[in-house]
Amino acid sequence: MTNLTNLPSEPFPAIVFPTPGQTMRRRTLAHWGFLLGAGVLVILLAASLLAPLLAPYDPYQQDLVHRLVNPVWYADGTWSHPLGTDGLGRDYLSRLLYGGRISLLIGVTAMSISGLIGSSLGIAAGYFGGRVDTVVSFLVTTRLALPVILVALAIVALVGGSLPMVIMVLGLLIWDRFAVVMRSSTQQLRSADFISAAQATGCSTLRIIIRELLPNIMNNLIVVATLAMSRAILLEAALSYLGMGVQPPLPSWGLMIAEGKEFMFFTPWLIVIPGTVLFLMVLSINLMGDGIRDITAPEGRS
Amino acid sequence: MLQYSLKRICLALLVAVTVSFLSFMLVRVSGDPAFALAGENASESELAMVRQQYGLDRPVLVQYFDWAGRALHGDLGQSPYFKEHVVVIIGHRLQVTMILGLSALAFALILSIPLGVVAAIRPNTWIDRLALGLSVFGQAMPSFWFGLILILIFSVKLRWFPVSGSTSWRHLVLPTIALGYYGIPAFMRLTRSGMMDVLSSDYIRTARAKGLRAASVIFKHALRNAIIPVVSVVAVQLGFMLGGSVVIESVFAINGFGLLAYESIARADLPMIQAIVLILSLIYVVLTLLADILNALLDPRIRVS
Repeated sequence: MTNLTNLPSEPFPAIVFPTPGQTMRRRTLAHWGFLLGAGVLVILLAASLLAPLLAPYDPYQQDLVHRLVNPVWYADGTWSHPLGTDGLGRDYLSRLLYGGRISLLIGVTAMSISGLIGSSLGIAAGYFGGRVDTVVSFLVTTRLALPVILVALAIVALVGGSLPMVIMVLGLLIWDRFAVVMRSSTQQLRSADFISAAQATGCSTLRIIIRELLPNIMNNLIVVATLAMSRAILLEAALSYLGMGVQPPLPSWGLMIAEGKEFMFFTPWLIVIPGTVLFLMVLSINLMGDGIRDITAPEGRS
Repeated sequence: MLQYSLKRICLALLVAVTVSFLSFMLVRVSGDPAFALAGENASESELAMVRQQYGLDRPVLVQYFDWAGRALHGDLGQSPYFKEHVVVIIGHRLQVTMILGLSALAFALILSIPLGVVAAIRPNTWIDRLALGLSVFGQAMPSFWFGLILILIFSVKLRWFPVSGSTSWRHLVLPTIALGYYGIPAFMRLTRSGMMDVLSSDYIRTARAKGLRAASVIFKHALRNAIIPVVSVVAVQLGFMLGGSVVIESVFAINGFGLLAYESIARADLPMIQAIVLILSLIYVVLTLLADILNALLDPRIRVS
């Protein structure tokens, strides 16, 4: 080996394979959709969380002398109300900032409830198969047959609209996709060698599911979670717009659009502004979800 | 085929029964429905009268079987608001919504299938990106807000279409777009991925090698097979659109099934709410059943597994 002639005098540099973490970081930084989504979401998140510091006014404080003041880009707009005021003279920017908290709160909590229900059902169906699978599939089919918006409207209207109620109802209604995706992901791994090995060493079922299975289907879980979050945010906005979700005077974006609708022919920005922010929030969550799917499972990209 | 269809029909029946029970129980989530029926300030004797009149003093299961038995004969009870049979009113309103739903579906298909085909033939070009962007945007757009923006642009600014109502075809243009765009992402992605799969298959290569024209390969050989998965989603999306009509019909003040649903919920018209949820769910069950059977007819592989 040492007598070979063409070798350079120095030893070859060892081939360094990128660690999984490095690969992931490289893919993340190359994925503009993920970066854009994450960037916008971080801004919206920071703006909502810091609302008490950033908001120039109390979002509930009415000022009937200064009703429907135009935003600053209008000729008669002023910097004292950068985004104008609504029909009751409340500062629109302050309401918008506090409204973000409601959307995010509902998105995260409704997603968690539905995620808990849906993933438990889906993993059980995929892992145990047989009768359990039949029952879960039946539950999913039945759930899909019920029109979400109509059932949510009816329940919230009959029981009475409040923030916890809306969260509860949405959480109990939108678990279907969790169940479907977790079921098929679990099925794919069910007969993998590392599951059999864990079974052979005598691990309990719960331990196998939590320690072996869950980490391997986590990426799919996160992707479905982002979808559920944006779905919950959109549904809350629609319910509040129809007057059967979050109740006034809470500054929910859907409610702001409903209140602005009265004046939409003269002051269209009253509905354009909250709608745009709502759209941006959902868009950024979806872009992040798509990005996570691409980054964690590049072989699945089409 | 027969065995598959029978199995599928049995499942649909089972789902239908469960759904009927859920829609029956829906109006009982808040406890005693007599309060909602009699009004807020009803006295104890009025409540008792309402309970007797609607048979609410019987066990819940007895009430359910009674209700379901009548429903099978086409009697879903009387609306305390309209003082008329629920079925008569719903039948009237459902026509309007069906027209809206079908035109929204047609709008979505006409736009998304050609886009999906072109995106599959020319992947990673500007048109593919445009199609992807359109579907990403579409999924993030709140439908009621999109409807309002359409009104602002096309009714208020340009004055092309009326703001609301449902008396002529011009009234239906904006609601059709607002309701239909919702189905575009799903249809387009399915068409695109289906076409991509099919275009790389052996029989397409054979067809090309035989010297067939490109258009004939794409439309006669490829699209026919690629479109199969879209068929089942069409049924599902039509079901979603009928559900979504609750929101869109409120935005555009269209006197259809969706607006009826919304108004009935607002005025706590319980028999009407039960009937509407039941009918919408049953439409969905029937649509998905038909789609599955049609799918099995078109694609023999589904029947076997």
